[in-house]
Amino acid sequence: MIPAAFDYEVAESLEHALDLLAANEDAKALAGGHSLLPLMKLRFARPPLLVDIGRVGGLDTIADAGDHVAVGALVRHCELERDPVVREQVPLLAYAAGLVGDRQVRHRGTIGGSLAHADPAADLPAIALALEAEIVARGPQGERTIAAADFFTGLYQTALAPGELIVQVRVPKTAGAGWSYVKFRRRALDWATVGVAALVRGNGSIDDARIALVSMGPRPLRATAAEEALRTGGRDGVAAAAEQADAESAPQSDTAASADFRRHLARVLTARAVEEALGRV
Amino acid sequence: MRHVSLTVNGQRTELEVEPRQLLVYALREQLGLTGTNVGCDTSSCGACTVLLDGESVKSCTVLAVQADGCEVTTIEGLAANGELHPLQRAFQEAHALQCGYCTPGMIMAAASLLADNPSPTDDEIRHGLEGNLCRCTGYQNIVKAVHAAAGA
Amino acid sequence: MATVEKPATFVGTRQLRKEDPELITGAARFVDDISLPGMLWLGVVRSPFAHARIRSIDVSKALELDGVVAAYTGADLEFAAPLLMAWAINDQVKNPPHNPLTKDKARYAGDAVAVVVAESRALAKDGVVAVEVDWEPLPAVTGIREALADGAPILHDDFGTNDAGSWSIAGDSPVPTRGPSAPFFDDPDLVKIKEEYSLARLIPNAMEPRGVVVDPNVAMGEYTVYSATQIPHILRTALVISNGIPEAKLRVVAPDVGGGFGSKLEVYPEDAICLAVAQKLGRPIKWVEERSENYVATLHGREMLQQIELAATRDGDLKAVRVRLTVAMGAYLRLVTPGIPMLGAWLYHGCYDCEGYDLEYTNVFTNTTFTDAYRGAGRPEATYAIERAMDTLARELDIDPVELRRKNFIPTESFPNYTIASGLTVDSADYHGTLDKCLEVLDYDAVRAEQRTRRDRGDRKLLGVGFSTWIEMCGLAPSRVLSALNYAAGGWDAATIELMPTGTVRVLTGVSPHGQGSATVFAQVVADQLGVDYDDVEVLHGDTATTPFGMDTYGSRGVSVGGVALHAAGEKLIAKARTLAAHELECAEDDLEFAGGNFTVKGTDRSVGIKALAFSSWTAHNLPDGMEPGLQATHLYDPPNFSWPNGAHCCVVEVDQDTGSVDIVRYLAVDDCGVQLNPMLVEGQVHGGVAQGIAEALFEEAIYDDEGNLATGTMTNYLVPGPPELPSFEVHDTVTPSPTNPMGVKGIGEAGTIAAPPAVINAIVDALAHLGVRDVERPATPERVWRAIQEAKEGRS
Repeated sequence: MIPAAFDYEVAESLEHALDLLAANEDAKALAGGHSLLPLMKLRFARPPLLVDIGRVGGLDTIADAGDHVAVGALVRHCELERDPVVREQVPLLAYAAGLVGDRQVRHRGTIGGSLAHADPAADLPAIALALEAEIVARGPQGERTIAAADFFTGLYQTALAPGELIVQVRVPKTAGAGWSYVKFRRRALDWATVGVAALVRGNGSIDDARIALVSMGPRPLRATAAEEALRTGGRDGVAAAAEQADAESAPQSDTAASADFRRHLARVLTARAVEEALGRV
Repeated sequence: MRHVSLTVNGQRTELEVEPRQLLVYALREQLGLTGTNVGCDTSSCGACTVLLDGESVKSCTVLAVQADGCEVTTIEGLAANGELHPLQRAFQEAHALQCGYCTPGMIMAAASLLADNPSPTDDEIRHGLEGNLCRCTGYQNIVKAVHAAAGA
Repeated sequence: MATVEKPATFVGTRQLRKEDPELITGAARFVDDISLPGMLWLGVVRSPFAHARIRSIDVSKALELDGVVAAYTGADLEFAAPLLMAWAINDQVKNPPHNPLTKDKARYAGDAVAVVVAESRALAKDGVVAVEVDWEPLPAVTGIREALADGAPILHDDFGTNDAGSWSIAGDSPVPTRGPSAPFFDDPDLVKIKEEYSLARLIPNAMEPRGVVVDPNVAMGEYTVYSATQIPHILRTALVISNGIPEAKLRVVAPDVGGGFGSKLEVYPEDAICLAVAQKLGRPIKWVEERSENYVATLHGREMLQQIELAATRDGDLKAVRVRLTVAMGAYLRLVTPGIPMLGAWLYHGCYDCEGYDLEYTNVFTNTTFTDAYRGAGRPEATYAIERAMDTLARELDIDPVELRRKNFIPTESFPNYTIASGLTVDSADYHGTLDKCLEVLDYDAVRAEQRTRRDRGDRKLLGVGFSTWIEMCGLAPSRVLSALNYAAGGWDAATIELMPTGTVRVLTGVSPHGQGSATVFAQVVADQLGVDYDDVEVLHGDTATTPFGMDTYGSRGVSVGGVALHAAGEKLIAKARTLAAHELECAEDDLEFAGGNFTVKGTDRSVGIKALAFSSWTAHNLPDGMEPGLQATHLYDPPNFSWPNGAHCCVVEVDQDTGSVDIVRYLAVDDCGVQLNPMLVEGQVHGGVAQGIAEALFEEAIYDDEGNLATGTMTNYLVPGPPELPSFEVHDTVTPSPTNPMGVKGIGEAGTIAAPPAVINAIVDALAHLGVRDVERPATPERVWRAIQEAKEGRS
């Protein structure tokens, strides 16, 4: 319940945060803290220094940036949930953010924190994949943009270099696309046993199909075989496409479900998500 | 030790905390506000829910240093001028508590919910309180109480 | 002596709770809210292994930390006796000594091996982490079957086996059954079914974790123990034995207690340890459990394998029931562990008449947290087996499950006091009445029609309906019966009522409520009985220094034993007041009638109020010769029988064939707990009980991994359901007074937990029966439901 002792610094600015992180390679950045503090309370994580970036200015805004919505790293789930721009331009993101954790968690947790933590059971990493978001990172060497597809590299692993911070998430607008996120879990407050996000475009045929999976491997992933089957099979090929939803996955067995059942769920839920998304085109 | 300024239940408060001090223990053990309870160590149960700048948070998952400069409202600060808050009254009238351990957190979570959604449906209440566990009531009378308070 | 009471004003009404004002304002005082000058914090070092020998323990690194005051291993803390185990079920029971800190080896992941004492909560935790234990891991066994297999790792070397002893109705019951079951199972003309059920291990999850604060008075050798307990009186006796402190020098207080459900009906290592450390250091000691610590350190419930056989005629007349149970004890026998299955041993034929009955159970040690009483204790297990088996029998005989139940109900005219096949005597019941009411509310035909429609349409979401017509014995219990069962204590309880000089009333009870609302209902009873104002009655409980010795709160005994004791004390008090009134009014006692708090000479307007009598009995200026001053009475009540509530529950579920998800569409509860003192609180008990029963059926399961670690070790993966996971319950009642006590009351605290699991599982199986599904192991997770469907399909293809 009580974390091991640590040092604590409040970053006054982004540069200050980067300097503090650069000076101590084991330091961890603290935003909402809803991924990190639970681990520290169980003493699974024992960072010697927390750099609190929660007060860094300019990272908590949501802006309409033409073809995409620019979401600051410190934007909280509750803000994604209710922000009119996000709701209008990227409804999948607003909806999925509303399913993260519980109300209290959504008042604290941030999009940057969720993506940087890269929990394969978390909602937003897979949503970022489905939306083909870009993650803007700032480090000692400057700023760079990483495609979501390249960002999640393994279990709790990302393409962020040591000392690098997410500053913004650029989420392409999805006007005209149908979308769905089906989160299967036993309790509302649980992580997804399996989650399936779907985004489809097309009139009659399916021109663009994106399916991203939660809790189906060590990192969030796209179900590319199913996507391809949808593009070729169209609206009548949903069932056949869904059968391939777990083709690239490598789910774990745990107390929530066996790997086999997760594969089964991925197929069932993919069909449901795609049907729902098609209904919204 | 770090210096932290909080406005707790309307009172400006200064205190010295270790960085690892959780907000809930700063409230309970340093300020003597023991109404906020701790029911788990995994941010699951919601017993420790307080309002931080008006929004419900699990005070076991906020460092006291993170709350520096913020306003905190606990169950002790809910009644105004000796009058029980409508949620407090409704919880008693609807028999929405038995052992009462989850109650402070449940009431604070409900207060936050009603601030955002003044007339929620049953389903919205149940989902709005998804982060709060109760072992005694089966939630039915809690839902009833939140409805009653919403109408009050 | 007969009294004429004024019509009840408070009893039977939905009186708001006296307990609530402090709880809704944050003013309550739970153990963790107690802080004493000079207080030190204690942390417990626990085994990370399910089974491991302790080679050595090095506390030096902990002691080097600033703020760490002391650290002790099992060798450092001497106890007068191991922790009390109070239910040696028979001569065969194998009871290993349970030292508060294990000295030789750890027998479950979480077994306490050392403690660290420090200046703060955080420092105690730091100290615990710094203790180094040199472990020699041993092979571990966590499954019941595996623990009984040849070559299994042995937990207690002296026994040479993990078999902790057996108990049977035929060999050990103090009352005879109607007859043995064997002749019926040998009868070729009867239909027999044999079912096997596996009941998951459960974690009680009272929202308040446990905690202990010990306040020593060194000069006087006196100790006050504040513990989050259901049983302050029993705990005091147990600590007197383990810690060697004279009874008069030890006070145990249960302050506000945040739920129990049996998990605080226990004598825990930490109670004895904190007391021992306070004895050693002479400073106040505090220990508060963390939730993930609670999951290994606080008792678990229910894990057992059940085999139940029914024999019946082809037209559905139940003839015999035969039961074989194998039950997980965990690593040690705690306060009443080996007797828990016995609390259900006479109930495996439910509310059905039959001729032959047998039951035997075997207790088994495993490398797991000890088990003990969890809400319902023994009775949910029995109800699950018979109610599931009755559905199977109905399917086997092609009889509607409702009709099969009706056909076998013990007839209403058999009561009062009908001796059932297992040998105990049920006080009163109307099983048809509760089921009738349930069906009336449900509209059974409409549900069946909807079920058929969905099946015919080929819907992927199927509908199922399940019943549970439950019975239980509670209000533990008649002391003579407990004696015959080898239980080490009595089942009586005590109450004292004092009319204070100013006319207010002080009620002291030997039960120790922790959420039930007993202070409210007791005040209702006393207000009506004495004709005083409800607000003038204060009910005190949970402190051995102020309350009479009682047997505390568990087993739905608060009202049915503690309440009846209180009522009897009230009668005694009124009798004394009557004598005094007759003296003051200069009349014969028989000429007085008592109503509305006043004694009135019949046919006159001459009267005296009970409050005035309280004052004059306090001044003692003018008492009858020989009368003692003061207006108070104490009664110790030993119930002549258990109380036997019953009910009919019905669950309607929707099952998603593709995901295995189960949604409860409706849940109906019609319960009969006799006379209801406060219907609002009765409803609350039913709500909470049903919620826990549904949780047991659909969500909750403690799972150990292959190494013997608790895989469901936190609230994130042991699934206590939240508000969105539970439905609204439709709660109704019937009232069949108990003839056992003058109030006509029965217990209700465990009803929902007993009733709900089979109603839910019966509904799921009913939804899937046409696919060939006969059973779904509980909890019926989506995966288990889905697999049951797949296996049924494969079995048919």
